[in-house]
Amino acid sequence: MTGAEIADLTIARIQAGLKARRFSAVELAEAALQHAASENPKTGAYLRFSPERALAAARRVDEQLARGADPGPLAGVPVAVKDVILTAGLRTTCASKMLANYTPPYDATAIARLEAAGGVIIGKTNCDEFAMGSSTENSAFGPVRNPRALDRVPGGSSGGSAAAVAQGTAVVALGSDTGGSIRQPASFCGVVGVTPTYGRVSRYGLVAFASSLDHIGPFGRTVRDAAVLLGVIAGRDELDATSAFAPVPDYQAALDVPVKGMKIGLPREYFEGLRAEVGDRIAGAVEVLKSLGCEVRDIAMPHTKYAISSYYIICTAEASANLARYDGVRYTMRSPHSETLTDMYRNTRGEGFGAECKRRIMLGTYVLSAGYYDAYYLKAQKVRALVARDFAEAFREVDAVVTPVSPFPAFKLGEKMDNPLDMYLSDIYTITGSLAGIPCMSVPCGNTAAGLPVGMQILTRHFDEAGMFRLAGAYEAAGFR
Amino acid sequence: MKITEKEVRYVADLANLQLTDDEVQRMCAELNQILTHVDALNELDTSGVEPMAQVLFDAPETATLREDRERPGLGSEVATANAPLAAAGCFKVPLVIER
Repeated sequence: MTGAEIADLTIARIQAGLKARRFSAVELAEAALQHAASENPKTGAYLRFSPERALAAARRVDEQLARGADPGPLAGVPVAVKDVILTAGLRTTCASKMLANYTPPYDATAIARLEAAGGVIIGKTNCDEFAMGSSTENSAFGPVRNPRALDRVPGGSSGGSAAAVAQGTAVVALGSDTGGSIRQPASFCGVVGVTPTYGRVSRYGLVAFASSLDHIGPFGRTVRDAAVLLGVIAGRDELDATSAFAPVPDYQAALDVPVKGMKIGLPREYFEGLRAEVGDRIAGAVEVLKSLGCEVRDIAMPHTKYAISSYYIICTAEASANLARYDGVRYTMRSPHSETLTDMYRNTRGEGFGAECKRRIMLGTYVLSAGYYDAYYLKAQKVRALVARDFAEAFREVDAVVTPVSPFPAFKLGEKMDNPLDMYLSDIYTITGSLAGIPCMSVPCGNTAAGLPVGMQILTRHFDEAGMFRLAGAYEAAGFR
Repeated sequence: MKITEKEVRYVADLANLQLTDDEVQRMCAELNQILTHVDALNELDTSGVEPMAQVLFDAPETATLREDRERPGLGSEVATANAPLAAAGCFKVPLVIER
C-alpha cells in the first residue's frame, strides 16, 4: 500500500478492503506505521510510535476475521492518540518534562473501547503541555508544524492529532478539548473535530486539566469517520462519575437524515472582528445550508464577549488544583537539588513545568486565594451560567447554532508566543460552547486565498450530537470542502 | 496595578512553585495584563445568578454511585512503579521528622 493510498483511507474503505481480503489488518498496520514514521519529520505530529501494540491489535483483528467473527466498527483502523490520554505500558508524557518518563499502569476507558472495537493505535501525538495552549508551541518536546502550511501552527492544544489526520498518517485520532483544543486545530488543519457533550465520553484515564470543562473527542477526515469513532467511545462508564447515562444513538444513521426545515441561528456577536476571508467562507457555507432547505436566522448571544474572562478564571483555578499532584513524590520527576520536603515540591515544580503551566497555576492559585475567591472565581462561575443561558435561549428558537471556529486561519509559528493574552483571545469562539457543556464541532468549509483551511463550528443542544452530525454530514455531502 | 511582585512571590509560595527573579518579573507583568482584562466581568450584574459549578442538564437518571463491590486494585508495587524513589510499596521522600 502506498503512502498516497494510506492518506486516502476512510473507515469504510478499510472495512471493505479487509472484507475483500485486499489487505490484512497486519499489512495495513505495517504500512501505516512505516508511512507515519517517514512523514513525521515534516510536522512532528507524533511524539512516539507504538508498533508492538499496533501489530498486536492488528493480529487480533485478522484472527477474528479468519474465524468469521466481527472485529468491530474500527477493525484495522490506524488511530493516533493525544499524549494526555493514558495507554497502559506506553509512555504518556502530556508533552511535559514533568512526565517525560511516565508509563501509565492502566488504559483510559476511551482507549480500551477503541481497541475493543478493533482500532489500531499507531502512536501518541504531540500537544501543548498538559493541553494548555492554542498552538502546540507549549510542548516541552518542540512544536508541531501545520501539514497544510509548514511555517504555521496546527492550532492547539491537540495540534499533533489534528496534524496526523490532516497529513494522512492516521485515519482518525483522539484529542482532548477544554476550551477549543479539538475544534480549533481541526479548523487550522482542515479536518473534522468533535467536542461531544460534557459527560458523553468517559474521562477515566484523561490526565485532568480543568475537570468541569475537559472532554475527549474524535478527529477524522470525514464527518462519518468522526461519528463512527465517537459512537465507539461514547456512553456511561462507571469509572467516571461525571459520565452521563444518556443512551448513545446511531450517529451514522443521523448522517442520512435530510436537513430540510432545520432551524439554524447565526449569533451576530461571532461575526464581529474576524478576518474578512473567514467570514466569507462561513457565509458561503451558510448559503449551502440554505440551499439544502435550512431556515437561517440571526440571533443574539449577549454574554459572548465575557466568555474568555470567565473561562480563563475557571480553567486556571481548576488547573491549579489538578496540577498540585505533580510534586516530585509520585510521578517520575524529582528535582535532585532539595534538602527538605518543601524544597523538593517547589524545585520539582519549578523545574518540571513550562512557562504556560506556571502562568496558569499562578493565575488559578491567585483567583482562589483568600480575599479574591468571590471577586474572581465565584463571579466567573456566575458569568458561566449566563453564557450557558444564552445557548439555552437560542435553542428554544433554533436547532443548531453556526459560527466560525476561529477569527483567523492558522498563524505563523512564534507569532503569538510573546503575548499570552493575545493567545487566550484566539479561543473566543470555542470557549462559549465549552462553558455551556454542549456538543460542538469544526467542519472544513474551504480555504483562504493563501490556501489556509477555515472551519465552520456547529453547536447543538446537550446530547444532540446526532443533530450536529446530521447538519455536518449534509453540508459535507453537498460537496463543498 | 492589580498584583505586585511581592504578591506574585506569595502566590508562588501557596502554589509550591519555585520561580526565578526573571520569572517573577515576567509573571507580574503578564498576570496584571490578564487580570485587567478579566475586570470586564464587573460590567455584568450577576446578583441573583446562581454560580455554575458544573454542567447541568436534564437527565433521566442522576445516580452517580456505582454498585459497591470489591474489585482488584493496582497493588502498591504497580502504583509506586513511576515514583522517583520507592521501596517496599511506599513512596520515599526527604526526611520530614528528625529521629
